[in-house]
Amino acid sequence: MSSPAAPPRFGAFGGRYVPETLIEALDELEAAYAAASEDPAFAEELNHLLKDYVGRPTPLYRARRLEEAVGHPGIWFKREDLNHTGAHKINNTLGQALLAQRMGKERIIAETGAGQHGVATATACALFGLDCVVYMGEEDVERQALNVYRMRLLGAEVRPVTSGTRTLKDATNEAIRDWVTNVDDTHYIIGSVVGPAPFPRMVRDYQSVIGREAREQILRVAGRLPAAVVACVGGGSNAMGIFHPFVDDRDVELVGVEAAGEGLDTGRHSASLTAGQPGVLHGSFSYLLQDGDGQVAPAHSVSAGLDYPGVGPEHSFLKDSGRATYASVTDEEALEAFHRCSRLEGIIPALETAHALAWIHREGAAWAERGPLLLCLSGRGDKDVTHVARVEGDAELGPGSP
Amino acid sequence: MTPSISDAFRRRADAGQSALVPYVTAGFPGPDDTLPVLHALAEAGADVVELGIPFSDPLADGPTIQRSSFRSLQAGTTVASVLEAVRDFRAQHDTPVVLFTYLNPALRYGMDRFLEDAAEAGAQGLLLTDLPTGADEELEERIAGSALDLIRLVAPTTPARRIAAVARGGRGFLYYISRTGVTGARAELSAHLADEVAVVKDAVDLPVAVGFGISTPEQARLVAEVADGVVVGSALVQALDEGGVEAAGAFVADLRAGMDG
Repeated sequence: MSSPAAPPRFGAFGGRYVPETLIEALDELEAAYAAASEDPAFAEELNHLLKDYVGRPTPLYRARRLEEAVGHPGIWFKREDLNHTGAHKINNTLGQALLAQRMGKERIIAETGAGQHGVATATACALFGLDCVVYMGEEDVERQALNVYRMRLLGAEVRPVTSGTRTLKDATNEAIRDWVTNVDDTHYIIGSVVGPAPFPRMVRDYQSVIGREAREQILRVAGRLPAAVVACVGGGSNAMGIFHPFVDDRDVELVGVEAAGEGLDTGRHSASLTAGQPGVLHGSFSYLLQDGDGQVAPAHSVSAGLDYPGVGPEHSFLKDSGRATYASVTDEEALEAFHRCSRLEGIIPALETAHALAWIHREGAAWAERGPLLLCLSGRGDKDVTHVARVEGDAELGPGSP
Repeated sequence: MTPSISDAFRRRADAGQSALVPYVTAGFPGPDDTLPVLHALAEAGADVVELGIPFSDPLADGPTIQRSSFRSLQAGTTVASVLEAVRDFRAQHDTPVVLFTYLNPALRYGMDRFLEDAAEAGAQGLLLTDLPTGADEELEERIAGSALDLIRLVAPTTPARRIAAVARGGRGFLYYISRTGVTGARAELSAHLADEVAVVKDAVDLPVAVGFGISTPEQARLVAEVADGVVVGSALVQALDEGGVEAAGAFVADLRAGMDG
């Protein structure tokens, strides 16, 4: 008889707090993932796709005009925006879609906030000929109309979610409900380092290609490790992906940047690590925005991809153990950084990424003597152009409320 | 003295019947309705009542219970207000109450304090949809060691080899989820239900109640033929929404009549 074993955690965080119906599927996934990880043929196929389909390795680019503006002599961008589909999300969806295929699952579901993960999932499903349903909060469907159209072009069905706050959190609830219902033939490609075990570890592993490449690249071109690695954190997948290969380099500081929205003191933000308390949401124990009665508090960010009240459990562990530090920047700071990067470097960053850029603008000068800063430029901002124009009241593109 | 959950099941079993276990969301349809609803259920023939403490993100629930939870929270329902209603109910009725909720409200309240206060208010059992067996052994042992019966769930996807382990630490009854999916009324029951329930009953020493999707007296009768208990949730919440306390009581009485018919 097999005794149900507690899944591995990150310190106190993580776990598998889901309905009983999903336990067997998570066990199967865990076993399939372990087997695939040890299969050279799986690695070969994934690496081939990452190279010829995604365009990896992505470049490490030195942002000289930004360096001058910030007053720091070594700012490097890891260019995940140059991946096929425009963000780091595809690293994970290809890995999981290959795994789903290996497990004989023919139907894929996903949740999406900004739409980047939805697009990356729809892309992988098109490539492998899998059915694809993407859950997206109704509010995000409106904010990210271009990505909705893109997913449909790729053959995915986009289901707007009208429950709760109609954003990423509720899209995730709905995806989990779908999975509980159709668990026999369906794999859930979760988009971040969140959810029940083994998802946080598996997504981190598929995203770690970012940090592995960047570590090698910066050693080669700068001749040393960075003083700090900086990335934005919503659920936290690009951050875990770039942090992970540096965790054992004790001299490299890991800085995660959360969305302070309209300000931490307004209550309208998404800074779970900075201002939340540990709790259980979407199957894992991690920092969480919640009220005094344990109800999940609505998150807010100008960036749909950061608009999430939870965070990956490994980030909670890195925070409590002191290995990583987490800061936050406001909507306003992120919007400024969005414009600055566009004008100084000719790179329109995703609004999510703009949060990490804003931290560099604010804190960079103080790091000038300490060594290079490595930033995960997690995605491009084409998807955000209309939204930014609306938020800023551009008369042609979108007057009225955001 | 209030009978235990097992007593309530045993009483029905001795009479050759199945127990009826209705579910309602606390604070629904209105914030002051919890107590009158509980009375109506008890008087209409409920053997055990499942009382839902609403959670903002009920990912195991379908649209009906999602909506009732949302409205209840909007109206200000808290863990403390639900326990207060249980206390008031206990002053007049001895029907056992199982609190049905998700982990986070209990964790935030403080699990040990929650277990104590719930027992002190007069609840007999606790069902946490997102605490499957083995997920958190330390926490599970604390609950199993409390005065509340920990109600365990078995799903159609639970492998036969895991059933006995799932029941470990469980008391009162074992909840068999009649089909994969979230809570909610369904037009038809699973064709394999009788076989599945037989496998579960064979593996455990607890009475087995079946829930998820049972919405008519006819379905309740079919389930009562194979299981020790019948749980009805969404259809009752729907009746409560449409016809208030009276309709809910009448629906439970119809279910009971269907089971005995």
